[in-house]
Formats: sequence, structure tokens, C-alpha cells
Amino acid sequence: MKRLLNLGRDKLAVLSLIVIGSVLTAGIFAPFVAPHDPQQVNMGLRYAGMSSAYWLGNDHLGRCILSRLIYGIRPSVLWVLVALLASVGVGALLGLAAGYFREKIDAVIMRICDVFLSFPGYVMTLAVVGILGPGLENILIAFIATKWAWFARVIRTSVMQYAEKDYIKFARASGIGHVRIIRTHIVPAAFADIAVVSSSSVCSMILQISGLSFLGLGIQAPNPEWGMMLNEAREVMFSKPQLMLAPGIAIVAVVSAFNFLSDALQVALDPKLGASAESRRNKEGKQARYEYIGS
Amino acid sequence: MNILEVEHLKVWEAGSGKSIVHESSFDVRAGRCLAIVGESGSGKSVTCRSIVRLNKSSLRQSGAIRFKGEDLNALPFKALRNKRGRQICMILQNGMSAFDPSCAVGVHLRETLKRHYGWGRGEIEARMISAMESVRLKNPLDVMNSYPYQLSGGMLQRVMIALALALEPDLVIADEPTTALDTLSQFEVVEQLIGLRERLGGSMIFVSHDLGVVRRIADDVLVMKNGEIVERGGVSSVFEQARHPYTQYLISTRSELGAGFKTLMKGGVSDAQR
Amino acid sequence: MLSVRNVEKSYGRGGLFSERKQSVLKGVSFECASGECLGIIGESGSGKSTLGRLILGLEKPDGGEVLFGGEPVGSPKRTAGSLSAVFQDYGSSINPFFTVEEAIAEPMAGGGFGGGKKRREDIDRLLLQVGLNASYRSKYPHELSGGEAQRVCIARAVSTRPRCILLDEAVSSLDVSVQIQVLRLLKELKSSLNMSYIFITHDIQAAAYLCDRIIIFREGRIEETMAVEHLKDVQSAYARKLLDALITF
Repeated sequence: MKRLLNLGRDKLAVLSLIVIGSVLTAGIFAPFVAPHDPQQVNMGLRYAGMSSAYWLGNDHLGRCILSRLIYGIRPSVLWVLVALLASVGVGALLGLAAGYFREKIDAVIMRICDVFLSFPGYVMTLAVVGILGPGLENILIAFIATKWAWFARVIRTSVMQYAEKDYIKFARASGIGHVRIIRTHIVPAAFADIAVVSSSSVCSMILQISGLSFLGLGIQAPNPEWGMMLNEAREVMFSKPQLMLAPGIAIVAVVSAFNFLSDALQVALDPKLGASAESRRNKEGKQARYEYIGS
Repeated sequence: MNILEVEHLKVWEAGSGKSIVHESSFDVRAGRCLAIVGESGSGKSVTCRSIVRLNKSSLRQSGAIRFKGEDLNALPFKALRNKRGRQICMILQNGMSAFDPSCAVGVHLRETLKRHYGWGRGEIEARMISAMESVRLKNPLDVMNSYPYQLSGGMLQRVMIALALALEPDLVIADEPTTALDTLSQFEVVEQLIGLRERLGGSMIFVSHDLGVVRRIADDVLVMKNGEIVERGGVSSVFEQARHPYTQYLISTRSELGAGFKTLMKGGVSDAQR
Repeated sequence: MLSVRNVEKSYGRGGLFSERKQSVLKGVSFECASGECLGIIGESGSGKSTLGRLILGLEKPDGGEVLFGGEPVGSPKRTAGSLSAVFQDYGSSINPFFTVEEAIAEPMAGGGFGGGKKRREDIDRLLLQVGLNASYRSKYPHELSGGEAQRVCIARAVSTRPRCILLDEAVSSLDVSVQIQVLRLLKELKSSLNMSYIFITHDIQAAAYLCDRIIIFREGRIEETMAVEHLKDVQSAYARKLLDALITF
């Protein structure tokens, strides 16, 4: 907890937290926050610019862009986060088991991962959606099915380098149970790596949901979604480029906020790095020296 | 004649301004071996790495480092790179991190020799083989074809010494070359370092925290504490009549460690105390 | 108290289905009596660290058994904390996320060592015992020097009042001047707490300083065992070579 307060000293982290926090709240309380009904068509306001009633203007069907943006948080951010947590959860569980216990357990889990990883992500997703039918839930199921193996792999590698440390050996020698060792020693150490991989996949998942919606496999038409909004604006990309701005900026802002936050978390959680960027840079100073001898 | 003159060497951390080595001046005479001793954190490794400007980028240094009259600290980076290896050769503590793990040892050696001397493949091989044989590495060809992880620490250390032999530098800087080694390989490596000095007739800077090894190999000694040189002089005079309390502390702890063993060995293996 | 009986261990090389094995320990047997300090001397790659892991019960031997107080190590019957350890690498011996206090308290959580205020007093006492003071309690490992970190590891090892401590190269990565201080501390603690040590090292001088009996270990076998007073009368050629190669001061 004490270390999480370190985060407060990093201005960028605080800003990212504020952005993510307000986006999440806006998404959860969308009906109260949004000024208009996101699906209300008003052809009279087609491509209208910004006004006091419609802050971000109206789209090709005269719907309120701001309201659509706010309602779009639900599939684009909230459900993506749920899918992410589920797949990280599964991946972390298996990755921890594989990296900590090694040998047979490791071999079995990793071969299953290999099977899942041998299909390209998009193909798997399309196959799952093809079997289960289009729709947000099915895409999320497809995401969990395709992503967990990748998380398990990354987390296993990260766990393996900690599991060999002497403090783990000591804990085991003094009769402390495996679950307790994993909880107190391995999870905190591997957390930084988990945070980084999950934050970077948030970005790719948001973009993938948008991509699938664009193909007509995700969110169905009248419901708002950021990727779909981008797609709708694409038709008038050259005549009315401002329509792309709102969803585009929203995606960029959320994605970068997650990235900055994961970076800051990594620094704040590591007691050695303290909270200063200077000591963080020094960490990179540990370079291989082999290039120097004799040359 | 001095081969290396270091004057007012200062090393500090760029970010915090924390001083690591303050105002050190020392000389290395031609053909002599200077040992730098001290505990970890005393700045002995930083001092010798700053001679060839190998400290990590967050450290800054100032002062004059004259190697054969030429100030290394003022030299452009490229010119310095040409001096490293050819004229000043480093032997590092950890053989594993000193060689490129992704290629066979021989590839690394060949590149280095080719860079400095432009020899052909055959000549390099012949020279490396004779150098490796002289540090008593068996099957030099096999060694050159193996990857660093396949060789033991002592062997890698001897490969580095062999490379130093082939490069024929004027100054060898050995940074804790024996610290990570077992008794037997430590003995071998010290023997080979002594042999290296005899064959090249060059000068050496030897960094260590083990006074036993220093006494075997060095002529002069610098004692460093917290970035400062607290005592200097010939090995026998410093070790027998240490003036600074820190030197006395280092000597007394070292003799205490060996004392039990020495009493046990009295009248035993006659040459254990060579 | 501790007896190692005819222990064998080999590791598989290559993949999951590979049958190729490399034998690391070949029929090792010895005893360590209560209150004794036993030195195990070997070069790197001799299998002495594997032996250490087997004694601690971190791995199971392929053949033979390791008994501690009559029970196999690693069995749930063994009282937790009666066998403890100090390792070589002080940099990775303490979890970097733990303060000194948390690190020392960790093995005590096993049970029967009180909590709250009593725990804090215990930790202060342990720190004093290893020559540190109470102000170290809230420090993190990266703020400690090598010697201090190793002292904390020793405090942590004795916190459960063990009957035996395994010291796996516990002083080898320290400066010579600090090595002797840690060895002195170990000697003191041994007499005041009545423990036995198994001291695994490659350094004969350190072993001669601390141990009562010395086993010379080579390529997974015991080459020679002798009381430390008879060190100079070693029989085997290998042991003699080791003694000859030692650089004294």
C-alpha cells in the first residue's frame, strides 16, 4: 500500500489514473452522464458542427457524438478490461504454476500453450465468432481463448527468473507452503511484468474489437462503439475529417493512459528504483561488457 | 619512466553529484605491477575502468590520464577505442559477461585481433593457439569452438589472458580476475598472470580485495577507502609497516583468516606457504 | 542428528523425452553430529551445491535418504525451522520487496514464535545478536552492504532457533575483511546457541577457521574426510593438490 502511494509523486501517473478513472466512471454511469440518447436519429442535424446542445456535433444520422462516445466506453473499454482480466487471470494461474513448479507441469502447460499460439490470433477469433455467431460476448470469449496462452507464456518466463532466487530457496527450506511463497514472493515480483504485458494488450484488444466491429462481427449497428464510429466516419474522411477526431482521440488517450500507468506502476512498486526517473535510467546502465574487452 | 600517470582523477554520479573517486593521483611505472586494494565500494574498480573510460554512462570523470604522455581523457572516443585492447588490455572479473554469449569464443577473439592487427585467419589461429598453449589451456581449437557457457570461469579467465598475450599490450588492467574462482583455478590464473608479465615485460594494474594474491603478484600497492587513496608504496613496505589504520585493518583481517590454516599446516605440506 | 545415507542424484539433460542423464552425486554418505561444524569443500561443479539442496529437502534424492533427527527431510513431520540456511548470493537472499523486519519475521510466521510486540522485541534482539541495531529494521536489502545483508540472513536463519544451519558458500562473495567478521559472528553464535553447521565452501582457509571436521568433495564423491587438526596429513593426491594451490598471506 505504502508503495502505491509512491505513485502519487509521479505526475504523469496521477494524470493517467485520473483519465482512466473518469473514463471508467463515465462508462458505468453512461445513462446519467450522456446528454442525449445515443441512438436517437435526427436527420435535421446531419453532420452538424459543435453546438451548446451537442458539444461534439452530430454524425451522419444526426446522432449526438458525445453521447455515443460515452456509451461506447462500455464495449470499448469496460468489456475489454473484463476480457483482459479474465485472460490474464487464467494465464497468470497457469504461468505461475508452470514457472514455479517446473518439470512435468511446466512441460504439459507449455505444450497446450504452443497449440493455442500456433494459430494466428485473428484467425482464431474469426473461427470462434464463426461458430458462436457475431456479438460482443462471443468476441470476448474468443479473446479470452486466444490471449491466455500468450499471457501464460510471458508470465511463466518472468516467474522462472524469480523462482531460482535464494530467498525462495530459503522460504522453501524453512517449511513455508508453496501457495504462501507464490503469494508473498512471486506475485509481487512478477506483478510489474504482468502489468506491462496486460497494459500493452489493452491497446491491441481495443483496436481488435474496433476492427471486428468494422467487419460487422462485433457490436451490431445502432449500438455505439469507438471502432465502429471511426468506421462510420471513414466514408466522409476527406470532406468531414473532424468526425474521426472524437473516437480517435478517445482511443489514443485511453491507450496511452494505460501505457503510462503501467510504466509508473513498475517504478513505484520497485523499492530499488524509488520514485525517481534518474535511478530508473541507471537501471539501463547495466549493459553487457563483452563488447569492450579488447575492442 | 612512467607508462601511466593519473592526476586529479575525479569520478562522480551525474544525477546526484555524489563523488565516487575524489582527486586520485597515481603513476604506473614501466614494467611494474601496481595493485589497487580496498573493500567493495572503495572505488578501486571505478578507478581502473575510468582509465579506459569504461564506466557506465551515468558516471562522469575529470582529471588527466596520461598514457605514454597522451591524455586519454581528452582523446576522441574513436582514437581511444583503438588504444583499448591494442595498447591497454582489460581482464575482467566475470568471464561469462566478458564474452559475447551468442557466438563461439574463437569468433570473438578473431574479431578483436583482426580489428587491431588486420591479420589473416591462419595467422590469428596460429597466434591464438600458441598463446593458449602458453597459459596451459589444453586443446586450444576445441576451446575456440566452444561457447562461453561451456567453459568454466577459470578457463574463460585464461582465455582472456591468452588474448592479452596475443595482443601484446603495454598495459594490462586486471579487475578482480581471481575473485570469482575456486582455489585451484585461482592458483592457475595467478600463475598465468605472473607468466604474462614475464613474457610481455609490460606493466599491469591489478585490482583485488585479497591481499594474499596481491602479495604474490604486485610490486607496488595503492590502498583505497571510500574513493580516496589512503596509503601507497612498495608491497613489502606497505604490508610490513602499514601506517594508515585502514591498511592495518585490512592486513589484520586477512592474517586472521589465514592464521587458523597456517597453524594447522605447521610442519605439514612444506610448500603450502610459498 | 543429520545423516546422509548413500545419496544419489542425477539430472536429465536435453528435452522431456530424453533419457540422457548426468550423474551429479554418486553414493554420498556422512553424518553430522549435534553441535558439530562440518565443512564440505569442493570446486565448482563438484556437486556440493546439489548436496546442499538435498539436505534442505528442496529436491528429492534419486537413491538413498537424508535424515534429520531420524525423519526424512522434506517430510511434513520435520519441525519447521529446525534446519535453516544461509546462501552465497547476498544480493538475492532477501526479497527486494521486503524490509529487514519482514525478512526476519518470515520463517517465524510458521508458528509458535509469538506475534505483535513480542515479535518486534525478538527481531530487535536478533539484530543485536548479529551486530546490527534496531534502526536496520525498516531498511530494504538494496540499502545494505554485502556484510550487513549476510548478517540479516544469519539473523533470519537463527530466528527459528534451528538445531542446524546449512551455510552454502555463505562468505565466499564477501570482501576478505568482511568474511572474517562474518566468520567470527558464526563462531560466536554457534557456541551461544548450540547449533551445528554444515559449511559448504571452496575456501579451505574459511573452513579451517570455522570447522571441526572437513569433507573433501570431488566429482560427486567424498574424496577424504578428516578432523580439522589432521588437515596437514591429508592422504589423497587431490586434497594435497588443493592445499598446495592455496594462496596464503
